[in-house]
Amino acid sequence: MSTTAPDAEGEGPREGAHPAYTGMEPSTRKAVLRQSLSVGIATGAYGISFGALGVASGLSILQTVALSALLFSGGSQFALVGILGAGGTGSAAVATSTLLGVRNGLYGLQTSRILHVRGLRRLLAAQVTIDESTAVAVGQEHRAEGRLGFWVTGIAVYVFWNLMTLIGALAGNALGDPQRWGLDAAAAAAFTALLWPRLRSRDAAATMVLAVAIALLTSPLLPVGVPVILTVLAAVVIGLSGGGRHEPPTEDPELDDDEFREGVPS
Amino acid sequence: MLIVACAVLTAVIKGFGPVLLGGRELPAWFSRVIILIAPALLSALVVTSVLALGKTWAVGAHTVGVAVAGVMLWRRLPLVLCVAVAVGVTALLRASF
Repeated sequence: MSTTAPDAEGEGPREGAHPAYTGMEPSTRKAVLRQSLSVGIATGAYGISFGALGVASGLSILQTVALSALLFSGGSQFALVGILGAGGTGSAAVATSTLLGVRNGLYGLQTSRILHVRGLRRLLAAQVTIDESTAVAVGQEHRAEGRLGFWVTGIAVYVFWNLMTLIGALAGNALGDPQRWGLDAAAAAAFTALLWPRLRSRDAAATMVLAVAIALLTSPLLPVGVPVILTVLAAVVIGLSGGGRHEPPTEDPELDDDEFREGVPS
Repeated sequence: MLIVACAVLTAVIKGFGPVLLGGRELPAWFSRVIILIAPALLSALVVTSVLALGKTWAVGAHTVGVAVAGVMLWRRLPLVLCVAVAVGVTALLRASF
C-alpha cells in the first residue's frame, strides 16, 4: 500500500475541496468518485428486496427500516429476516446474523490503516465499514484515493440502501400475502446473489461444498437456523487446512480486489 | 428488542478490529477462517431457504424461481433483476397451478 499522500490528521471525509486531496489528479479523483457512486447505487438498489422481504417475514415497516439504518450489513440483515421468516428462533437468527458480520471486524483493521480517523468520525467510519467501502478503499493505489473511495462509497451505499429499504418495505406491505407474490423466493435468491461473488477462491468453493453437506444432513434433526450456524465448522476446517496453497504474500490476502468492480452487495 | 441486539452486536464487531488489535498483524489462518465464514453461512442459507420447509425437505415454485435467478447470476446479470425474476417466476407458477 502506497503512502505517498500527505498524512493529515482528522480531515473531512467528503469530496469537497480539501487540502488532503489537492495532491490528487482531477481525473483520478473523478474516476474514484464515479466508481464509488456506481457501487453505491448498484448496491443500494438491492435494498428494495430487503425491504420487501423484511415485512414479508413479519417485521413491521419501522423494524425493517431500523435494521437497515442501524445494522447496515446486507448479509446479516438478509440472514436475520430469512431465518425469522422461515420460523427459526430469535437467538438462531441473531447468532447467524452476527456471525455473518464478523468479517466486518477484519475490514475495520484494514480501513483504519487507510483512514486514520478519530473520535466521532471513527464511529461513523465503523458504521459504513462494509464489503463495498472496504473493497473500494483497499483497491485504490494511494491512500488519499482510498479515503475518498471509502467515504463516498460508504455514504452512497448507506443513503441508497436505506432509501430503497423504505420503498421496498412500503411496497411489500401494500402487496399483502407474501407467499402469493413469491416473495419467499426473494430470500433464497438474495442469499445466492450474496454468495456468488465470494466463490472465486478454491477455499471458498470447498467451504461451500462442506457447508451444504452439513446443512443438508443436519436440517432434519435440528431446529430451524441451527444447521446454518453449524456450518461455521466448514469455514474453520477449510480455513485451517487450506493455508498458503495459492495465496501470494500480499498485504491483504483476504480481500479480492476484483470484487468491488462489480458492486457486490454487503 | 431483537433488532437492537443485532444492531449492537454488529456495531461492536465492526469496531472490534481496530480497537482490540490496534496495529498488530493477525495470523493468516485466522483471517482465512473469518473470511470463509460468510460463504459457509450463505451456502447453508441458500440450501435451507430453497429446499427446506421447517424440518422436512420441500421443492416448490420458489425452487424453480431461485434456480432461474441462479442461472441469471451466472450470466452476470444485475443482482436486483435476478431477485425480481426469482420472485416473478415463483408468483407466476403459484398463480397458474
